[in-house]
Amino acid sequence: MSMDVKALEDDRHHRYVLNMGPQHPSTHGVLRVLLELEGEYAMNLLPVLGYGHRCHEKIAEFKPAKSFMPNTARMDYLGALIYNHGFAQLLEKAAGIEVPERVEYIRVITSELNRIQSHLLWYGAYLLDLGAFTPIMYSFDDREHILDILEDVTGSRLTYCYFRVGGVSKDIDEKFVTGTRAFIKRLRSRFPMYEDLVNGNIILQKRLIDVGELTPHTCARYGITGPLLRGTGVAYDMRRAEPYSIYSKFDFEIPTGTKGDCMASFMVRFHEMEQSLRIIEQALDGLPEGSIMAAKVPKKLKIPAGDYNSSVEAPRGELSYYLVSDGSDVPYRLKVRTPSYSNLSVIPEMCQGMLLSDVVSAMGALDLVIPEIDR
Amino acid sequence: METFYSILPELIRIVICAVCGAVIVFGNALVMGYAERKLAGHIMLRPGPMEVGPHGIYQLVIDGLKLMGKQLVVPAKADPLLFRFAPLLAFAPVFVPLLVLPFSEKIQGFDLDIGLLVILALASINLLAILIGGWASNNKYSLFGVFRAVSQNVAYEIPMLLSLLAVVFMTNSFSLKAVVAAQSPVWFIVIQPLAFLIYLVSIVAETNRAPFDLPEAESELTAGFHTEYSGMSFSLFVLAEYANMFIVSSVATVFFLGGSSGIPLPYFEYSGIIWFMLKVYSLMFFLVWIRWTYPRTRFDQLMNFCWKYLIPFALVNLLITVVMVKLL
Repeated sequence: MSMDVKALEDDRHHRYVLNMGPQHPSTHGVLRVLLELEGEYAMNLLPVLGYGHRCHEKIAEFKPAKSFMPNTARMDYLGALIYNHGFAQLLEKAAGIEVPERVEYIRVITSELNRIQSHLLWYGAYLLDLGAFTPIMYSFDDREHILDILEDVTGSRLTYCYFRVGGVSKDIDEKFVTGTRAFIKRLRSRFPMYEDLVNGNIILQKRLIDVGELTPHTCARYGITGPLLRGTGVAYDMRRAEPYSIYSKFDFEIPTGTKGDCMASFMVRFHEMEQSLRIIEQALDGLPEGSIMAAKVPKKLKIPAGDYNSSVEAPRGELSYYLVSDGSDVPYRLKVRTPSYSNLSVIPEMCQGMLLSDVVSAMGALDLVIPEIDR
Repeated sequence: METFYSILPELIRIVICAVCGAVIVFGNALVMGYAERKLAGHIMLRPGPMEVGPHGIYQLVIDGLKLMGKQLVVPAKADPLLFRFAPLLAFAPVFVPLLVLPFSEKIQGFDLDIGLLVILALASINLLAILIGGWASNNKYSLFGVFRAVSQNVAYEIPMLLSLLAVVFMTNSFSLKAVVAAQSPVWFIVIQPLAFLIYLVSIVAETNRAPFDLPEAESELTAGFHTEYSGMSFSLFVLAEYANMFIVSSVATVFFLGGSSGIPLPYFEYSGIIWFMLKVYSLMFFLVWIRWTYPRTRFDQLMNFCWKYLIPFALVNLLITVVMVKLL
């Protein structure tokens, strides 16, 4: 399929090519999708990428691995801490650094807060895609509390660079702990309202049920992970599948759906917020005292030659860093496997023959963060 | 000369009515524009416009000035004549239905025997304007908006008409004054609750408002049929939308909520108009309320709802009404 709209229309003149994006309210950034329409039915879709490409992976090959940390936050601005987490873990694994236990707890707490923040934003934005204007204000109201809490310890509100190789940059204090506990209570009290206002709404259910159905097999073919995969009934979550950090210590469930449609992934994400709250609660209860930095982290972090991999569960699915080192402090090659990229690739198959409105629902269900696709 | 003097009072009457109509249209747009933004704000837990004047009451005036100052951009490949003509066509006919509305027993422009037909006929012109505007824009999103607008409006006009027809059969008249007079003991909402519900659903679709705002579904079609419109030509569409909301709410008031009837207020001869406006604005509040609460429906669901549920129910309702009228 050519990318030229005119040529495409001349080629198949009975069809109508709609150019959705790069500036379009429901592509959430600079994604461009070419839709070949018959009436309102999308017969063919082509995502066009590259509008937000910043060469993050190439940049990694030109500077010391330690100083790549801020770049990770810019890939997925909604899951910045989780991206930090994966990268810090990668370098610790490569350089053989032992991380103090308190650091692991702080990382888990802040990462889970970050995950809830990401899901809250998705919740509002998705409903905005579906034409409900109000819920985004409610979810942003809640999200604002997380941003305030994280701002106090990390110093920024969106693109955090809080984790360091071997530790975190600043210790959490009593204010953080009480603020987080208050937030947990608040968000729990808000869930029933969300259920009443949104999740039980008949229009919403009609818009989401049976739309964009995926099967575990399709997910496997495209490498789809995260809530979309869990929506099909496969309880695959990196926090459980290959427990990293200290996730194996906590008691939490992996919410799954059955049908794999938009409603399934919608509910999976909604319930994940509650599970993240549970993890945070347990981590706050068990928060040990101690140092926030590993004892011996060399200034110039030489990575022994070899291949290293680190995977974490990002809000949108499995995030992997793969690093090839030639023994210097600058990586020879860093490959980032971001979840949205694989998730997006299913769009042409998932949306074939769908109505235009359903394409918007399906794309919203992928919870795309475009800078993560175009790194 | 003789004839001139004989028709002079009527001419003056026409001028006065037209001026009053214009005042209502613009006044309603100001009130509703402000009220909608304020209500939307409070529904969303934010204050709404606050900057211009106390509680932002001059916001709409400033917005109007801004819109008047903006350039009217005509897209390169658009049809310039039709493109400019469409907003006028949307806006011009909204004055006429106001002339036949009985605001109270004494305040009514003209009590035509075909009052309802005048309103419905002129209300449909809005659709033509949308069609012309969307087509002339030469924009694919506009065109999609138009496809949806036409099929949606044509479909929903049928249950709307059928539900009103049930009342017309009961009153035996198209005159709005007669319809109000027929509701002196009980309002028709009590006798015809199903017709009222059907009408209420239909007007949401007729005025293209959420959850049935598919012609301008901004998450799918950016701004739908008015994507390419800017400045005053855009605001004429908005003015027409608010005027149409007022008209359909007025028709609902007249046909189901007893028009201007209500408890007479002390020391005020024209208390009817207060009741009338109260009922109209309550209905409009309802329209605003659901707009800011529900997600948007999908197009096929919207059409199915009309053809599979509303029209059959409206027909059954009409049939029952006719039989009952014949029997009683």
